[in-house]
Amino acid sequence: MQQAINNDKRMILVCCGTGCLANGSMEVYQALQQQLSTNEVQVKTYTKATGCNGWCEQGPLVKIMPDDITYCLVNAKDVPEIIAKTLQTGEIINRLLYRDPKSKKRFKSHHEIDFYKKQHKVALRNIGEIDPASIEDYISTDGYKALKKVLQEMTSAQVIDEVMKSGLRGRGGGGFPTGLKWKAGATTKASPRYVICNGDEGDPGAFMDRSIMEGDPHTVIEGMIICAYAIGACAGYIYVRNEYSLAVKNLNIAINNARSQGYLGKDILGSQLAFDIEIVRGGGAFVCGEETALIASIEGNVGEPRDKYIFPTEKGLWGQPTIINNVETWANIPVIINKGAAEFASIGTEGSKGTKVFSLVGKVINTGLVEVPMGTTLREIIFDIGGGIPGGRNFKAVQTGGPSGGCIPEHMLDLQVDFDTLIKAGSMMGSGGLIVMDDRTCMVEIARYYANFLAGESCGKCTPCREGIKAMLEILNNICQGEGREEDLEFLQEIGETMQTASLCALGRTAPNPVLSTLHHFREEYLEHINNARCPAGVCRDLTEFYIDGEPCTGCGLCVKNCPVDAISGEKKKVHVIDQDKCIQCGECINHCKFDAVKIR
Amino acid sequence: MSADARQIEAKNYTAILNNYPAEKRYILAIMQDMQGEFRYLPQESLELIASYVNVPLSRVYSMATFYKAFSLVPKGRINFKVCDGTACHIKGSNIIIDMIYQHLGIKPGETTADGEFSIETVNCLGACALAPALVANERVHPKLTSSGIIKIIKSYEGQIYATGN
Repeated sequence: MQQAINNDKRMILVCCGTGCLANGSMEVYQALQQQLSTNEVQVKTYTKATGCNGWCEQGPLVKIMPDDITYCLVNAKDVPEIIAKTLQTGEIINRLLYRDPKSKKRFKSHHEIDFYKKQHKVALRNIGEIDPASIEDYISTDGYKALKKVLQEMTSAQVIDEVMKSGLRGRGGGGFPTGLKWKAGATTKASPRYVICNGDEGDPGAFMDRSIMEGDPHTVIEGMIICAYAIGACAGYIYVRNEYSLAVKNLNIAINNARSQGYLGKDILGSQLAFDIEIVRGGGAFVCGEETALIASIEGNVGEPRDKYIFPTEKGLWGQPTIINNVETWANIPVIINKGAAEFASIGTEGSKGTKVFSLVGKVINTGLVEVPMGTTLREIIFDIGGGIPGGRNFKAVQTGGPSGGCIPEHMLDLQVDFDTLIKAGSMMGSGGLIVMDDRTCMVEIARYYANFLAGESCGKCTPCREGIKAMLEILNNICQGEGREEDLEFLQEIGETMQTASLCALGRTAPNPVLSTLHHFREEYLEHINNARCPAGVCRDLTEFYIDGEPCTGCGLCVKNCPVDAISGEKKKVHVIDQDKCIQCGECINHCKFDAVKIR
Repeated sequence: MSADARQIEAKNYTAILNNYPAEKRYILAIMQDMQGEFRYLPQESLELIASYVNVPLSRVYSMATFYKAFSLVPKGRINFKVCDGTACHIKGSNIIIDMIYQHLGIKPGETTADGEFSIETVNCLGACALAPALVANERVHPKLTSSGIIKIIKSYEGQIYATGN
């Protein structure tokens, strides 16, 4: 594949999101920088470390522009070849191109691949394209243009009106209309007023906020400044998980750069607006994602929520009017101002406008971050973009909304995902985690997992949540150990319904969802555990026994090689046997067997 | 602890405290920095914070025990944070925890007797596409397998010999 050599300056984008970093992208980036700086290389380039491209499965990713070449699974050892061939002679290295597992075809650019083709990037528009540490990069992609427009051409009422017209709803999970929230904050008489960015991404299985804060921190900052102008706020806080060290670092750099260029501080861009932002690092408590708990945490208290007779828009941080929005919500604001509410509202469904970022993880081929218009079906997301279930296994359910959401079974795959349809399906949007499960996932154990998670995260302030979760967990533990009774299911239902009505905050009110939704859709699996002491998925250890079926077993020895406890034995080309006393039910044998010979009793 | 070491520690406490105004709202940030520095929150540190921002010790203690980021007992030189987020969980994080127990004899929340290793579970590292994953100090180890984890443990054990201890 020979291409015309482009003598203009080339840009090499190395993905340095968390996923690619763990796969060694920093080594690739350093090798590129080092080897390109030597005199022998006669090619003009500019290397950038970007935020997460979302396609973590194929990382480290290296993109070469303007040629639009995407190399996948790049190793530092590949760098000399990339320089010698692609950068110097324009030759494309075939083996580094993505190969579609179904069609076996290779693709030159990521733009041609189903994973990206079906996405529509709004909140993630810059991520993977710009260097998050460079404010110039952000400005070159229309950055801070919306802020200028707002300060020079719009009144604060017009800004709020535009956000209301866009139909934007809070991306953190609740889906409250953002414009309405701003309006409530602006019409409250008290001042000073505050703006908060909720970056305490606590839902296990969701990492879009992390990706935005790491890969495009200025968009969050710009969104917050626009809100400060609209409601007349003087200070802003970004509450971010301390585990997200790269996000904290990049946000700090971005805030400092914005301040030195006059986007933060006094008289912003020559206007009357004075506004600055401070970062608060969270202490690792799931409940702090709840806005009143988060506010308590910023104030220097334990993160306990309060009942919302009065909303934070009226009495929030230090008792003052406060607007608190999620990271992804902030990232949408500059686009709404730049392109206009009408264009934004042309994407999505009747009740949910715009796009939503999902973290597509679990038992799916293309794991990563995807952004699609509201109303896209689960089937499109999981099978067209995600590429389906790996290892030829069967789809079983998809969990949405984290510990507040529910499991959606196969017959509902054509559900058009938006805030309202998910609630109707007994789940919720949450922050956008989509955890795909196959037939090797036990739904009872998943319910137990969430109950266990929530038991550790309930702040303990109100009784229904504190005691209800504990009681549910005890019952689910029993069922998973083969000690469940049929009447337990009724009791679970009853506890769940009580918690939904009587808990103080949204954590407690939504906590029963994983249990109730699995009870509803997968009751048979619960009964199998209770009545037949059997876990059909082969997950609950006390109820699982793996054995090798003599007929399909070819004696290839793959299971022996992968068993971590040497529990499998057998001569080559003869049927193998699992020693039940040694077996720890880890499932490596099932995962590796190519002949479907390992069975679950 | 020797008197010298104690003095150095006290100096480090003060250095961290002085980075922040003496206001209640900075307790969390101060504790984060102390946890980062000492890998746990020694009792003296809590007492110093309380007197620095002028709140009762009970208040600092309640925060130190409420937030998961803090530990009141020392963590090992190598601290394994095994991710037990949903994606990691359904891809077998419990097996990883078992394998670590088999090899090092420690369960989540525990530290080996020689102070070399400790293990804890965390709710989500936000590295779901790499499930199951763990972080050893700052380094992310992606896509763990039950046999791979043993190699990872051994690679850190090797470090001890390499440093001549």
